[in-house]
Amino acid sequence: MPALTDMTNSHFPLFGGNGGGAGSSNNLGIAPFPYRLGIRRYPLTRAPFATALALTILAGCSYAPPSRAAIKPAAKRNPAPAFTLKDSQGTSFNLADYKGKVVLLNFWATWCGPCKLEIPWFVEFEKNYRDKGFAVLGISMDEEGWEVVKPYLDRSKVNYRIAIGNDMMAQQYGGVESLPTSFLIDRNGKIAAVHVGLVSKGDYQKDIEHLLGSAKQSAAKPHVPIVPATAVPAVQ
Amino acid sequence: MLPSLTFLLFPQLLFPQFNSILTVQSPPPMAMKTGVETPVKLHVKLNSGYHVNSDKPADEYLIPLKLTWTAEPLTISSITFPEPKMEKYSFSEKPLSVYTGDFDIVTKFRAPANTPKGEKTITGKMRYQACSTTACYPPRSADVKIIVNIY
Repeated sequence: MPALTDMTNSHFPLFGGNGGGAGSSNNLGIAPFPYRLGIRRYPLTRAPFATALALTILAGCSYAPPSRAAIKPAAKRNPAPAFTLKDSQGTSFNLADYKGKVVLLNFWATWCGPCKLEIPWFVEFEKNYRDKGFAVLGISMDEEGWEVVKPYLDRSKVNYRIAIGNDMMAQQYGGVESLPTSFLIDRNGKIAAVHVGLVSKGDYQKDIEHLLGSAKQSAAKPHVPIVPATAVPAVQ
Repeated sequence: MLPSLTFLLFPQLLFPQFNSILTVQSPPPMAMKTGVETPVKLHVKLNSGYHVNSDKPADEYLIPLKLTWTAEPLTISSITFPEPKMEKYSFSEKPLSVYTGDFDIVTKFRAPANTPKGEKTITGKMRYQACSTTACYPPRSADVKIIVNIY
């Protein structure tokens, strides 16, 4: 009896191509989800023991807990990949427009329950921290695009900028294997933290306040770590 | 030598689908008499800690479980999904209509009287969207193949 499981997501172009399309070589601090471990991207013959060990551990883990990465020291942050998208008003914008601000870049979808729990938090953050140099950017990964996103936005009274994501952008940000996935970008356009899955409002708040508060120190002494180095936990 | 030993010790490395959240087990080859309704059961296995929306999710934005077949000239009388569970998750105000663990979907096929006799392959596609308690995964499709011997 064959057990057939589709590893492809060719019907879902926003999430990339077949198998292990994502994250095999990202430097954003997030690890690829085992869902997408594909032989093509992970040549098993190159490091059989390491690969065997990693995959065996992953195979035994059927549940992916949320991953909250601590704020990285400024010196260890990588630049956030540039992108240009159109918002719900049809206005083009790019990440560089936000240089000098702390940005919460949130990948979400209307079909994602945990994402929708976070949205009111982000509305509050946008309202409370906007004047301090903070902005939320919501990137919807809905296949149907504005057709489903606009009605949802009208209902939920989102006060921050929303755009429809695309496959290329998702790949640049490590594949975005699951939603919600959020990147906290510092005032210098560098990724300070990655949150995969639902994390608490308090955690977000703490990180945002830290980045807003430490921005002056960071600008004055750009190479001095703000907090001790902490490894970014993997998605799984 | 080393890679061979690795695959021998860890056969799942050859079959990355074992790492998937959901698997659909196709039934063995089966006989189907023309003019008679024949039920076909698909067994679905969902990994612990995950759920998929039922065929009738509680929220309009949620993506339903959907099974579609390419079976011509066979006709489909019905597709029966199991009774969903109403589960409450921390991210949702209301309980959601979901499937978890193992469940079966039954499709009733009928081969019209003029159907050519012999072996035929029926293919299906099950679209699902899975979540854990803290994250959701993009909608995906699992392919299903059934070999039927029409007589």
